[in-house]
Amino acid sequence: MAGQHIVASFDEELGQIDRLIRDMGDLGQAMVLGATQSLLDNDVPLAQRVISDDVVMDARQRELDERAIALIAKRQPMAQDLRAVVGAIRMASDLERIGDLAKNISKRVSAVGSGAMQRKLSHSIDTMSQLVRAQLAGVIDNYVGRNPQALVTLRADDENIDVQYTAVFRELLTYMMEDPRNITACTHLLFCAKNLERIGDHATNIAENAYYVMVGQQLPLHRPKLDETSISARPA
Amino acid sequence: MNQMTEIALENAITSAARPLDAKMRGRDVNVFYGAKQALFDVNLDIGERQVTALIGPSGCGKSTFLRCLNRMNDTIDIARIDGSITLDGQDIYDPKIDVVELRARVGMVFQKPNPFPKSIFENVAYGPKIHGLASNKTDLEEIVVTSLKKASLYEEVKDRLHEPGTGLSGGQQQRLCIARAIAVSPEVILMDEPCSALDPIATAKIEELIDELRANFTIVIVTHSMQQAARVSQRTAFFHLGVLVEEGATEQIFTAPSDKRTQDYVTGRFG
Repeated sequence: MAGQHIVASFDEELGQIDRLIRDMGDLGQAMVLGATQSLLDNDVPLAQRVISDDVVMDARQRELDERAIALIAKRQPMAQDLRAVVGAIRMASDLERIGDLAKNISKRVSAVGSGAMQRKLSHSIDTMSQLVRAQLAGVIDNYVGRNPQALVTLRADDENIDVQYTAVFRELLTYMMEDPRNITACTHLLFCAKNLERIGDHATNIAENAYYVMVGQQLPLHRPKLDETSISARPA
Repeated sequence: MNQMTEIALENAITSAARPLDAKMRGRDVNVFYGAKQALFDVNLDIGERQVTALIGPSGCGKSTFLRCLNRMNDTIDIARIDGSITLDGQDIYDPKIDVVELRARVGMVFQKPNPFPKSIFENVAYGPKIHGLASNKTDLEEIVVTSLKKASLYEEVKDRLHEPGTGLSGGQQQRLCIARAIAVSPEVILMDEPCSALDPIATAKIEELIDELRANFTIVIVTHSMQQAARVSQRTAFFHLGVLVEEGATEQIFTAPSDKRTQDYVTGRFG
């Protein structure tokens, strides 16, 4: 943040909010990694850790909200300060949702079990998770490093996650059609894939907010779509 | 949302903040107090029936510019101005201009409420009387009542119109001064920190009043309160060291200013 305020404690308060966003970003990435890992390795203790990390994530979001509200009340921030505070509230909300989605994946670990199904699917889910984690890491790094142009590119990259999700969806359908006994595990895995896809969407929201915080202009509403399949509407 | 709707929406949002037809135009305005130059080549349009806020640190020239708009600087012997300022296209510094008439068209409200030591009624009636705006007592009474109503003061003083104006509270006195300014049917009202001596409630009433007045008047307000400028104005001009640094839609100035100096000022990075 360029230049210092006449009132030094204003800088400290903005710094605390910024640090909370970074912490939540780091925690979000760790939770997504843990959730995927626990799913692929059927690692129940790891899944439990992710579930308990969500409590920390929620607490950080509450702390950030309280600090941001107090700062607005006390300082009446303007221009980039106002954007930073409002942007932080919105980014924290997306990060909190990312935590919830990672927790939801971890909750399904026991239900999916360690059968042949998730071994077959591990490659596709892992690929999707890697894309999502790279996306999230890129967004947080470029917010911290104040690099708005990179965020524009990252936002467009979310499309790759959507394409990968469609691929996982089709693969799961095939397994379910092959053998109805796969339906339970596949349905859980489908939710996991959907959660990863949603995490990608939240990372995109964060990129858009971070861009606005830095530049003061909104990115265009629409981004180009590669994957126009409306799989939820017409699954077959 | 389709593209047409978006464009229509954007137009609707920005139209309020666009410089409408300029009521007043300042071009290459330079002001000197003796050897000291107070304003440097200021070019600024004042949109008709809009509130324009002038902001900036003390000594930046915002009040100087405001005072140029109704030739209040004429009262300072060492003040000299060059460049041009027009009202409806007419140069207000043209020697043929009647300054008294100009100040009736471009009224002023000062920082400290300064009612005359006369009754509430007389305070408002004074201007219309000297400008010959009322032909009889009934007309005059009507002007006074209408002006007090427009200044949102009538209900509070209607039973004591003949008591001294100086007996009112600070906020009421300031609204009385606004009623006095309105009474001569000005086209432009200049306000020099009109709320700086008032408590938050009286300030809120004046701000509400400014918002109502802009339907009929062009208003220029100098304020040290950034929040006030953000609340009451549609356009904001930021002055620094006698230079007009940036002028634009108020929302733009307070959310995403383009000049670094404006950004530093509105965010409290220098004073």
